Amino acid sequence: MAETLPRTRAALAAWDGEGLPPEAAFAAMAQELGAALEERRIGDVSQRLNFERTGMRALLLRTARAAPRLVAPYAESLPALDPRWAQPETWQLIRRAGGPTTSLYLLRALDLTRMPDGAIRAVDPDQALFRTLFLRTLWVSVIVTLACVLLGWPVAAAIASLRPPWSSTALLLVLVPFWSSVMVRSTAWFALLQREGPVNDLLLLLGVVDAPLQLVGTRFAVLLATIHVLLPVAILPMVGVMTRLDPRHLQAAASLGAGPWLRFRRVWFPLSLPGVLAGAAMTFLLAVGFYITPALVGGERDQLVAWFIAQYLNRDVNWGMAAALSVYLLAMAGAVMALLRVLTGGMPVGARG
Amino acid sequence: MPGLRPSALLLGATVLVLAFLTAPMLAALWLSFSPTELLSFPPKGLSLRWYADFFANDRWTLATRNSLVVAAATMAVATVLGTAAAIGLHLGAFRGRALLVALLTLPMVTPFIVTAAAMFFAFSLVGLAGTLPGLVLGHTVVAVPFVLVSVLAALATFDGTLLRAAASLGAPPWMAFRRVMLPRIWPGVAAGAVFAFATSLDEFVITLFLAGPGQFTLPRQMYANVREYMTPTILAAASLLFLASFLLLLVTEALRRR
Repeated sequence: MAETLPRTRAALAAWDGEGLPPEAAFAAMAQELGAALEERRIGDVSQRLNFERTGMRALLLRTARAAPRLVAPYAESLPALDPRWAQPETWQLIRRAGGPTTSLYLLRALDLTRMPDGAIRAVDPDQALFRTLFLRTLWVSVIVTLACVLLGWPVAAAIASLRPPWSSTALLLVLVPFWSSVMVRSTAWFALLQREGPVNDLLLLLGVVDAPLQLVGTRFAVLLATIHVLLPVAILPMVGVMTRLDPRHLQAAASLGAGPWLRFRRVWFPLSLPGVLAGAAMTFLLAVGFYITPALVGGERDQLVAWFIAQYLNRDVNWGMAAALSVYLLAMAGAVMALLRVLTGGMPVGARG
Repeated sequence: MPGLRPSALLLGATVLVLAFLTAPMLAALWLSFSPTELLSFPPKGLSLRWYADFFANDRWTLATRNSLVVAAATMAVATVLGTAAAIGLHLGAFRGRALLVALLTLPMVTPFIVTAAAMFFAFSLVGLAGTLPGLVLGHTVVAVPFVLVSVLAALATFDGTLLRAAASLGAPPWMAFRRVMLPRIWPGVAAGAVFAFATSLDEFVITLFLAGPGQFTLPRQMYANVREYMTPTILAAASLLFLASFLLLLVTEALRRR
């Protein structure tokens, strides 16, 4: 706005917002749009305004093309060209978009929109997208985190209680996938889940299915591969805490007459909880912003927030939406971390190893 | 957990989960030696066809070179910065130290996509997006915390009086660092460097936003190819990358034992 329509912006800033703007705004709009079209600078501003309300692009282009033929007073010739120029809403929208900041993207990322009168309402249900998206991301992340903790807990407990060399062998089997690239493991899943791939072969062999299933592009594939990729992240913090448990606590419990099950339930398990929470926290943090695996094995209609951020950045070149989604994602991750901190009484949450 | 005997149930579950953890990679490794383009299991025979294809393809060799260059540069920058920061944080007793550590390790606990998007905005403003230095800088941001944590852990067992002893014998700070401190903390520094290298080698999302067309790294090239058409050549690339990370893991394990 500031680059393409500077005089219009200035004229609208001076306007009180009641009724229609002064003739100066109409004149500036017609002249600047005409000039912008001639110098091929009209794309950005028309895309920006079209995002605010569909149809604005067409209106701007039409006006720009007609600009050389328009004559003063523009307050009459513009509405004659298109009746939308006689609506105060159109001008209010352009004035809002010309401000230094806009709440447009932050609102749209929550499926909200600002009405012409300034009130905030929910967008039409057929345009609503982002609340479902955030809920889906949260849901997938929670499922993945729970699965990783449930699957990882026995492994961590076994590593902590086995004798060498078994303990170090098991640990190595966790470390190898942990160190290997996420892209490598996601690609492996993509290959395994093909229609003619090994997973379908196995299902056919076991008689679970009669015909090969379409697995790539399903929620099942996303969950399976993501759980696989993040499992070591959940296991390692648990191993760290479990191997450092003081065996004297257990000896004390035994000397007080507690049997194996009671020792486990009342002493060992509570002491291992900080590791479980740390593992869960790391898993959740990675899952909530996970891009690679869902993008590779997931379906276009079932993607998570990270995928939309990448789409807005790389394909749609809509930085405002990408930034708004990032802010909410960060807030979501931060809220969960804060919750965990409260639950664990300020225990620091460790990362790798 | 010293003091508790693992039950058969626990061991059985562990074996199953470990199988789930390792089987997919092993299967992909095996499939990369398939003589045919078919990805069905088991492959009918073994061949190095797809590896030959990998090394004969300019796109893959360029991606390999890019990956190694970016990872090496990231390792160099991140190790110097991370080690310097760790020493400063260890020796300095100043207000806001905990806050600094938290700030420096923030990339570890921020969703990667958010870090990557933020970097893209910032780097675009100063013209670093789409450049090699920008890519290295981006990787460095996520690699530094690993160096920092690793060196801080090594410094925890370093006796600070040794530095004063060196100073009293007339050693300037740089010599005291090189002759007294570094020989004692180098396994931590080296482990941090390997972490940094591995992090850069694995990094994808930042590369997706910041890499120009000529700067595709191996993960980026794999992603592009998978989306086009899945061939065993991609699995050959994956297997080579897997081998690289396995070697790096062995190096860190060797360093840990020192």
